[in-house]
Amino acid sequence: MSTAELSRPGTAPTGARGRPSRRAGLGSGFWFTAPFLVVFAGFLLWPVVYGVYLAFTGASLSGGGEGLIGFGNFGEALSDPLVWRTLLNTAVFTVASTVPLVVLPLVMALLVHLSLPGQWLWRLAFFAPYLLPVTVVSLLWVWILQPELGLLNDWLGAVGIGPVAWVQGEGSAMWSVVIATVWWTSGFNFLLYLAGLQNIPGYLYEAAALDGSGGWRTLRSITLPMLGRTTGIIVVLQVLASLKVFDQIYQMTSGGPDNATRSILLYVYDQGFSNYRLGYASAIANIFFLLVIVLSVAQLRLFNRREA
Amino acid sequence: MATTTTSVPRRRRPARPDAQRSALGPGHRTLPRALGFAALLALAALWLLPLLWGLVTALKSEAQAASLPVRWFPQAGGFTLDSFRTVLTSSNLPLWLLNSVLVAVVVTAVTVLISAMAAYGFSRTVFRGREWLYALTIAAIMVPPQILIVPLFRQMLSLGLVDTYWGIILPQLVAPAMVFVLKGFFDGIPVELEEAARMDGAGAFRVFWQIVMPLSRSVLAAVSIFVFISAWNNFLWPFIVVNDPDLMTMPVGLATVKNAFGVTFAADMAGATIAALPLLVIFMLFQRQIIRGVATTGLGGQ
Repeated sequence: MSTAELSRPGTAPTGARGRPSRRAGLGSGFWFTAPFLVVFAGFLLWPVVYGVYLAFTGASLSGGGEGLIGFGNFGEALSDPLVWRTLLNTAVFTVASTVPLVVLPLVMALLVHLSLPGQWLWRLAFFAPYLLPVTVVSLLWVWILQPELGLLNDWLGAVGIGPVAWVQGEGSAMWSVVIATVWWTSGFNFLLYLAGLQNIPGYLYEAAALDGSGGWRTLRSITLPMLGRTTGIIVVLQVLASLKVFDQIYQMTSGGPDNATRSILLYVYDQGFSNYRLGYASAIANIFFLLVIVLSVAQLRLFNRREA
Repeated sequence: MATTTTSVPRRRRPARPDAQRSALGPGHRTLPRALGFAALLALAALWLLPLLWGLVTALKSEAQAASLPVRWFPQAGGFTLDSFRTVLTSSNLPLWLLNSVLVAVVVTAVTVLISAMAAYGFSRTVFRGREWLYALTIAAIMVPPQILIVPLFRQMLSLGLVDTYWGIILPQLVAPAMVFVLKGFFDGIPVELEEAARMDGAGAFRVFWQIVMPLSRSVLAAVSIFVFISAWNNFLWPFIVVNDPDLMTMPVGLATVKNAFGVTFAADMAGATIAALPLLVIFMLFQRQIIRGVATTGLGGQ
C-alpha cells in the first residue's frame, strides 16, 4: 500500500501543478474521471459505508437480523477472547515476518549490487517466488514442511534436529507460515532495495574512495545511511502487508492447530462465512480497519519526523 | 593472490567508470569478492531449492514421492509424467487457467484504461470537486480490500453477481494507487505538446489517446504488469465470490482441490508447477521490463 506516498500529495497540494486547466479550455475533465469514479464509488466507497452500517446490525448470511442493534456487535467483539487472540496472532506474525523481510532483502540487494557475474540468475532466484500464486506457495511449503516426508525435516534430521511437526504443531505452525511468507515475498522488497541502491549518486563513493574509506566503512557510512528512506518505506509497506495476512494461513493451517495461527482477517471470514454472522464479522473488520488507520498514521508521522 | 587482485585496481580506481556500480563503493575490492560470491550463491541456492524440490516431486509417481528415505532422484522407475497427466485429466486445472487468463486480462485492460483516464483528468483538467475527489482517491489507498469482503459479498448477492465473471472482475477494477502513480507521471509531461495538438483542432480525448498515452508507454507498461500480477495471483475475493468449480480462477481451484483429493503430493506439485509456469515464463522473457515495472509502481500499490 502506498501510504508512504501519501505524504507527497499532502505536502504538495494537488493543484500546484495543474497547469493547462481553464486556459487550455478543457471542459471534459469530469468525463475523464467518470468511469473510474463509478467503480470507485460502487466497489470501494459504498462497501466501506455499507460495512460500517452492517456492523450495527444483526445481519446474517441466512437472512434476517437487518435491524439496527446499536453497539452490540462491538461490545461483544471487545469481550470475545478470540478477537484478542487473533489480534495477538496477527501482531506476532507481523513482527516475525517484517524483521526477516527487511533484513534478508537488504542483504540480497547488497550482494547482487556487488556486480558479480550471473546477475540474471540472482534476480531470477530471489524474485521468481514473488510471481507464484499464493496457492502454489502454500502447496509447496506444506510439502517441504511435511513432518515425515518433508525435505526440511530430512535435512534437520541429518544434523540431529527434530522431527519438527511444523504446520501441525501448535508452537511451530506460525513459524511455518512465516518461513513460507519470507521465501515468497522477499523478492519484492529486494527489488525496492536494488532500486534504492541504484539511486545513490556515484560521486559519494568517489569522495569516500579519495578519503581512503574502505569497503566496510563505505557500507556503514554511505550505503546504509543513504538507504534510510528506502528502508523506512519498506518497513511501512511490509507492516501493512503483514497485518493483512489471510491467504497463506487459510491454505496452510486454516488457522489451526487450536487457533495458533488464526489471524484477525481469518476470524472475520470465519464469523461471516462459516457462522453466517455478517453483522458481527463487519464489526470485527471495522475494528481492524481502525487499527490499520491508526498504525498507518503513526508510522507516517514517525517516518516523516525522521525524514525532517 | 587476494592481495594482488585487490591492490592493483585500487590505485587507478577513481578513473574506473564502473566504480559507482558497487553497493560497497569502489572500496569493495578490499572486501574479498569471493566471500560475497559465496554468500550470494548460498542465498540463491536457498531460494531456488524449494522450487526445484517441487518440480522434482511433480516428476515422480505418488509412490515414489511418498517413499522413505527422502530422495531427490527416484530409484525405481525413474521420473514420470504421470502426475501431470493425472492433474490435467482428472481436475479442472486447464479450465481454471483459462478463467485466470480471462479475468486477469480483462481486469488489467479495464483498470489501466480507466485509471489512466482518471489520472489524466485529475492532472490536466479542472472541474468542480476535482480537488476533493482526488483527495478521496488518495485516502482510499489506505483501505485494505480484505475488510470489504462481507459488504461486497452482500452487494454481489443483491446484484445477482455471485458466481459470475463480473462478480470476480468488478471489485478488482478499483486501483486508486495506480491512479496516483499515473497522475504523478502525467504531471511531469510538458503541456506544450498537448497545446500544439489542440491548436490543430484535436479534441480532448484525441489528445489523451494520441499524444499522452503513447508518451506514457513505459509507465503504462509498469502499471499493467503490476495490475496483471495482482489479478493473476488474487485469491481472497475470487474465493469468496465463486462457488461454482467451473468459474474458479486457478489459485482458488487449486486450493479447493487440495482438500478434495486427500494426500497426493506428486499431483499437488504437478498442479502447482503448471499453475506457476505461465508467469515464470513471461518473467524470463521480459525480466528487465517486469523488474523495472514492479520497482517503479511497487511503492504505489501492492
